[in-house]
Amino acid sequence: MGARDPGEIVVQEFFHMDGYAFYVWGSYAIVSAVLLLNVISIRLQRRKILRELAELSEEE
Amino acid sequence: MHFIHKYGSPNYFYQWSGTWLKILSALTLILMALGLYWALIISPPDYQQSETVRIMYIHVPSAWMSMFTYVVMASAGVVAMIWRIKVAEIVVAQSAIIGASFTLLALVTGMLWGKPMWGAYWVWDARLTSELVLLFLYVGVLAIYSAYEDPRTGAKAASILAIVGVINIPIIHYSVEWWNTLHQGPTVTKFDSPSAPLSMLTPLFIMFFAFKTYFFALLFARTRNALLSRERHTSWVQEILEK
Amino acid sequence: MTPKRKQRMIFVIVLVVGFGAATALALFAFQSNLLYFYSPSQIEAGEVATDQMFRLGGLVVEGSVARHADGVTTSFDLTDTADSITVSYTGLLPDLFREGQGIVAQGKINTDGVFIAQEVLAKHDENYMPPELAEALQAAGGSHPESIPKTQ
Repeated sequence: MGARDPGEIVVQEFFHMDGYAFYVWGSYAIVSAVLLLNVISIRLQRRKILRELAELSEEE
Repeated sequence: MHFIHKYGSPNYFYQWSGTWLKILSALTLILMALGLYWALIISPPDYQQSETVRIMYIHVPSAWMSMFTYVVMASAGVVAMIWRIKVAEIVVAQSAIIGASFTLLALVTGMLWGKPMWGAYWVWDARLTSELVLLFLYVGVLAIYSAYEDPRTGAKAASILAIVGVINIPIIHYSVEWWNTLHQGPTVTKFDSPSAPLSMLTPLFIMFFAFKTYFFALLFARTRNALLSRERHTSWVQEILEK
Repeated sequence: MTPKRKQRMIFVIVLVVGFGAATALALFAFQSNLLYFYSPSQIEAGEVATDQMFRLGGLVVEGSVARHADGVTTSFDLTDTADSITVSYTGLLPDLFREGQGIVAQGKINTDGVFIAQEVLAKHDENYMPPELAEALQAAGGSHPESIPKTQ
């Protein structure tokens, strides 16, 4: 094994989270996923409503 | 009580919430980025919990917002019941969806902290049980709302459950003081001397404000969507579309 | 405010007050069922039927933790500063388990008066601090802040 770059060790420690990586990163992953899904679903909903409204005004 | 009718008129609400939506979205992005950087990189590990303390920076804001959202929903329920304001009726349903997701996040992040620290994902103590009841209340409000074909009747019925359920909020908050629980007591709301250093309180508060601006941005965006859809035949919606 | 709105407002107030009172009564009636654990003093006072399983909570007495020869059984004393009970547990302890820490154990008292635990959970207190600060505090002669589990 060659000498390792100290920056690499810091990065590894960051992802390792003192052995609690599953719990810490799991929490952050789930929170990010739910918060983002909320935003995406609103965007899709808005696009759908605007399309429906456009169709509605064409009919008239 | 004139302002209730003014700010609650669909047309006017749509206008002023549009400006706020932009401001709140920008604030949320900035605060979230800053909060995550502080929570994951700058802040130190805890002397007892080691790195798992970082879960607190998203768990506590989720839990606070799960209760705050309920108060918003119940207040909208009161306005909907007494003044029959359409915007308030929509806010009841939309905040129920957002509140349910905050509650779910509080429960899941709590479980992920509980397993390594307590030794169990879940225990039936008063705090955890009352927070689970909160999730059921949100789901109940949504179920009642969608059970009626007429959304206005549905909102009226859902508002009753929303208002009655507000009793659960002080129970959640004081559960750790009234009964022996496995969940720890309050750290931050001991205002005389919060039992955490500034290096940990700072990321917590940044995340809290990020969650708060996120909530209002989401609530406005959802309410605006629902208004457009519900009021599609009115002249103000037609005017907006022509722009 | 129109009479109709006044009427609806009274309805809302009655609803909240009525439901609040009913909930308060129910919680008061089931008060003891809502306790997640009992303290050693409550056991000594005979508040719990000790022939059944129950949860015992307290602080691990400093210097009382002993690991048995089999390597997996641990015994320690739990105290609420007034009374204490010896607990024996076979199995893996949670990461937060240490002397002076709050613990909740589930199990039964045997004929020797020892609490045989089937599950041990750690109760975290409300204090947060970086390790450097904790070390500095200890070096200065203070001890780690401890929370004493409440008893009712």
